[in-house]
Amino acid sequence: MGSSDGAPILAARQVARRYPARGGVRWGRDRELVVALDGVSLELRTGEILGLVGRSGSGKSTLARLLLGLETPDEGEVTFDGRPLESLTGPERRRLRRDVQVVFQDPHAALDPRQSVGGVVAEPLAVHGLFPRAERRGRGKLLLAEVGLPGEDAFFERSPRGLSGGERQRVALARALASGPRALILDEPVSALDASVRGQVLNLLLGMHDRTQLTMLLIAHDVRLVARLCNRVAVMAGGRVVEEGPTRSVLESPTDPATVELAAAARWLSEPPAGGAARTPGEPGSMR
Amino acid sequence: MTPIAQVSNLAVAFPSEGNGWRRVVDGVFLTVGEGEVVGLVGESGCGKTLTALALFRLIPEPGTIAAGTVRVGGEDVLALDDRRLSSLRGGLAGLVFQEPARALNPVRSIGFQVSEAARLHLGLPAGRAASLAADLLAEVGLEGPERLVRAYPHQLSGGQRQRVLLACALAADPRLLVADEPTSALDTVSQRQLVELLERLRARRHLAVLFISHDLALVGRLAERVTVLYAGETVEIATRRELFEDPRHPYTRALMQAQLRVEGDGPARLPTVRGAVPRAGEWGSGCRFAPRCPFAFERCHTARPALSELEIGRQARCFLVGDAEEPSGQL
Repeated sequence: MGSSDGAPILAARQVARRYPARGGVRWGRDRELVVALDGVSLELRTGEILGLVGRSGSGKSTLARLLLGLETPDEGEVTFDGRPLESLTGPERRRLRRDVQVVFQDPHAALDPRQSVGGVVAEPLAVHGLFPRAERRGRGKLLLAEVGLPGEDAFFERSPRGLSGGERQRVALARALASGPRALILDEPVSALDASVRGQVLNLLLGMHDRTQLTMLLIAHDVRLVARLCNRVAVMAGGRVVEEGPTRSVLESPTDPATVELAAAARWLSEPPAGGAARTPGEPGSMR
Repeated sequence: MTPIAQVSNLAVAFPSEGNGWRRVVDGVFLTVGEGEVVGLVGESGCGKTLTALALFRLIPEPGTIAAGTVRVGGEDVLALDDRRLSSLRGGLAGLVFQEPARALNPVRSIGFQVSEAARLHLGLPAGRAASLAADLLAEVGLEGPERLVRAYPHQLSGGQRQRVLLACALAADPRLLVADEPTSALDTVSQRQLVELLERLRARRHLAVLFISHDLALVGRLAERVTVLYAGETVEIATRRELFEDPRHPYTRALMQAQLRVEGDGPARLPTVRGAVPRAGEWGSGCRFAPRCPFAFERCHTARPALSELEIGRQARCFLVGDAEEPSGQL
């Protein structure tokens, strides 16, 4: 499997990010700042599937936006192949845009309804000037086939609007793969999908990793997902990475309270239910 | 057990593109006993939310209940006059929706909204509304209830709003709480907390709960009995123990196998179900799961199985376990 000692493609070093507070009525200039990230360091190493797990609001998605270069850290730096993002030249920036792709939770919002499925998938080829115009359509169909979608013309011309959730997420994945990226950032990629379809998408990701050793960062609040896919995991809480290591050892002997809580919730969801009536309240649940 | 809610062979139809009607729910059976927690599980588009809305006769226009019966608290919901219908909605039964951000009125205080049902249904004097609201907010586990009463929805987090909605639904002391995907916007830790809260409320208030979720694992944590929907119809009804130990419908079995579990030795494939849920109303004349079913045989593609009683309180809609079929020509 992936060489976990691979060189980092992306790395955050001591990054901090603050936002003006949301909610609450506050006038004037002295808006309170909310610390979204507080001295976070994380490496995404070549060939690995790294899990980034944490509760809502723990800073996972903010960290992803910094790694993608969509936002700039207030402190610290993000590097791409060892070079700080701010120091990248124009061509290097374009290479980052090509080499690192992202798939979000809600493919509804991510797919332009005015484009055809084929247009959505082939657009990055044009943007990055990757194939001669005449070959882009054929390449787009290959990408659709790669994610298990029909490669025929009728599907190519369809609007993303009529697709099921699983199909939309596959289209988003095909688009992400179009530029031949070295790393994928997957932000809750299956949490909007039905259980019977979720497995198909997860297996697709695993199959892809087996074949091409594509580096992946999987962001999720559900430890069960990370346990299934990742060799290494980082746990976030309150804008910090509180624990990091091989998935199995982190989940089996968590040291930080945030990891303990997340792992307990995942175990609670994994257990076969007790028979008969519901548990009496006050009983410490099913934490074993 | 006396049922507090009973849905029998429910069909909900919407006008189709031509000039006819298309049934997007057709064949839902559901029973919730007094004080019982029942899970209603199924994937998107299978009819969960429409079933919940039918209990309150809240099917959005131009949709209509095309067939079947709906009874809540012993009364025929489809025959209620306006006055009794309004005492059902929020009085006898409370409803919590999926999206807490949209269900609260942005220009009314939390206290006003939480106490609304009590003022409306129990005739609570306005002077007592604030203290009742604070009590309810405390009951659903919110901190600083006296301050929250004066707050407005935008000042709360998603998890807090979800609990406020729960408090709203409890205000008139209902006998049935219908919670439609109350956890789907929450992380796993909050999901657990909400389920444990529902468990406490249910025990303290002797409340019947219809817990609707696409997540079988979550339903298995809370519900005593589970009703499984697929493609607009009930395919299996069982106690949670029966369901988890011995699922009888192939779809239930597939759902069970597709569950994520925390144990795992690194990357491993998940069992999957081929294909996808058919779009609402777009199903053939045979068993609606047959196109995806690994056990389907010829009859499954031509005839539609009826929901058959296998044992007392245990039902499944599958020719592998029951022989009965639905009369043809339903569509």
